[in-house]
Amino acid sequence: MIKALTKPLEEIREMIAPYSRVLTIGCGGCVSLCLAGGQKEARGLNIKLSASKAPRSDAIFDDITIERQCEQQFLAALDTRVGNYDALISLACGAGVQFLAERFPNTPVFPGVNTQFVGVTRDIGWYEERCKTCGDCVLGLTAGICPVTMCSKSLFNGPCGGPQDGHCEVDPDTPCAWIAIFERLQAQGRLESITAIHPARDWQNQIPGRILVEEYRTRYIEDGETS
Amino acid sequence: MKSESRLERILRSGRFALTGELGPPRGADAESVRKKAAFLKGMVDAVNITDNQTAVVRMSSLGACLIAKQEGLEPVYQMVCRDRNRIAMQSDILGAAALGVHTMLCLSGDHQTFGDHPGCKKVFDLDSIQLLGMVKTMRDEGRFQSGAEISVPPQMFIGAAANPFAEPHEFRIQRLAKKVAAGADFIQTQCVYNMERFQAWLNQARDMGLTEKVYILAGVTPLKSLGMARYMKKNVPGMDVPQEYITRLQGVEKKDQAREGMEICCEQIQQMREMKGLAGIHLMAIEWEHRVPEIVKKAGLLPRPEPEQE
Repeated sequence: MIKALTKPLEEIREMIAPYSRVLTIGCGGCVSLCLAGGQKEARGLNIKLSASKAPRSDAIFDDITIERQCEQQFLAALDTRVGNYDALISLACGAGVQFLAERFPNTPVFPGVNTQFVGVTRDIGWYEERCKTCGDCVLGLTAGICPVTMCSKSLFNGPCGGPQDGHCEVDPDTPCAWIAIFERLQAQGRLESITAIHPARDWQNQIPGRILVEEYRTRYIEDGETS
Repeated sequence: MKSESRLERILRSGRFALTGELGPPRGADAESVRKKAAFLKGMVDAVNITDNQTAVVRMSSLGACLIAKQEGLEPVYQMVCRDRNRIAMQSDILGAAALGVHTMLCLSGDHQTFGDHPGCKKVFDLDSIQLLGMVKTMRDEGRFQSGAEISVPPQMFIGAAANPFAEPHEFRIQRLAKKVAAGADFIQTQCVYNMERFQAWLNQARDMGLTEKVYILAGVTPLKSLGMARYMKKNVPGMDVPQEYITRLQGVEKKDQAREGMEICCEQIQQMREMKGLAGIHLMAIEWEHRVPEIVKKAGLLPRPEPEQE
C-alpha cells in the first residue's frame, strides 16, 4: 500500500496562512493505515493548527474523513460542504490530493502529507518500501526481491562491487538486495534465472499511466477509437 | 565581459549578431562536421551544436563543438536535461570550458519517446531553468550546485531558448523573465514565421525591461519546400506558420519552392533587423548548412565582424 508521512506543522501553517475557513480532509485508505492521514490525524492536525493561534486568530478549522480520496464516488460526499470553506487540506496521498483538487477546481487544495512509497507494514508504525511501480515486474526472476527498489543502483545484473558484510555500501543498515536474491535463488535451486544477462529494459513510466481493464474498455472507449 | 565568448563580444559591441546551427552526424564522422563547418565559416558569428536533437543519438555536442572550433568556428555548446544528471552536466561544463568552449545554450530537450530509444530512462534531474541557474552559479560564484568550491570556474556566456508561440500564450513572457532571472545572458527563440505575433511578444519583452537585461536572437528556419511548411504547421507543437507563406509556396513550381522559401526567410530577416530590442538572428538551416552562405548574403548580413585575434 501507499505509505505517507504527515508534513511538518510549520509548512502546513504557512500554506494556509491566507485562509480563515479551512477544511481538513482525511482519507480512510492507505494513509489512514500508516497513521499519516486518517480521521485521527485529521483531528490531531486541526487541534495543533487551532492551538497555535497563528497565523490568524479568527481561523476556523473543521475536519471530515471520507472512505477514500482516490474515487470520485467518495469525494461526492464533500460536494455540499466544500462551499463553506476557502481552503482545503487533504491528508490523502498525492493521487488523492489531485483527484480532490480536480473535483473542486475553484477551491485551493493543500497537501498535508508527503507521499513516500508503495510498501509494507513490518509492524505497527514500521513501514518499508517494496515497489517502485516500474510497470514491468521482474520479481519472478529475482526470487521475489525487487532489484529496482531494493538495490540502491537499481541494477538488473547485480550485485555491484560494493557490498560489505552483506550490506549495501550506501547504507550499512540496508541488506544488499542482490546478495539476498542470489542466496534465495541458490536455495531454491534456480540460479539460472540470474546467470543469464538481463538486457536493458524499456522504462514504461515515461508519461502519466492509465489502465483500462479489458472487460470494461467499451464503457469508456467508443469502437474505432485508438486509445 | 563574463567570458571569452565571441558571441558575447559581438553582442556587447551592439552589432546585430548572427548565429547558425550545425547538427552532428549519426556516427564517428569528423569529416561530415568539417564539411558542414566549412559552409558556415565566415558566415555566422557562432554556431550552435545540437545535443542529440529530437532525442536521436548523434555525435556528442561537445565532440562536434571541438571539431567546429578546430575549423575556426565559435561553437555554442547545447546541453539538454534529458540525458544527464547534475554531476554529468557540471563535469561536461568544466570539460567544455577547459577545452575553450565559451558559450552554451541550456535546454530541457525533446522527450525521449520522440527519438530512436523511446524506452530509455529519462533523467531531467534539473530542468532548463535550473540548469541556467547552476551554470551561472558555477561561473559567478565559483561554486558547484552543491555549494562546494570550484578550483577554476568555467567562464561561460549562457544562453536559453524561448518559444513565443507555445501555449499558454500569456505565460510565455513570464517564463522568459524567469530564464533571465535564472541567469540567461542571451536568448535564441524557436523558429519564427508569424512576424506579427513575434513583434507583439518582443514588445512585451521590451515593456517588461527584459530586452535591457538579455540579448534576444530571433530564430529563423528557411522553409525548404511546401511539404516542410505544412509539416511544421501541422505536426510541430508551438509552431505558427501563417497561411500567407503556405500560399506563396503553393504559388510556385515544386522546383522553385526552395528558392521561394529562401526568399521568405530573407524577407523575415530584413523585417527583424528593423525590430527595436532585437539583438540578432539565429539561423537554423536544418540539414541545409550548404545554403547558409546564399541566405546570409541575400539577407544583407555580410560581411560578418572579423574575429579578433583568435
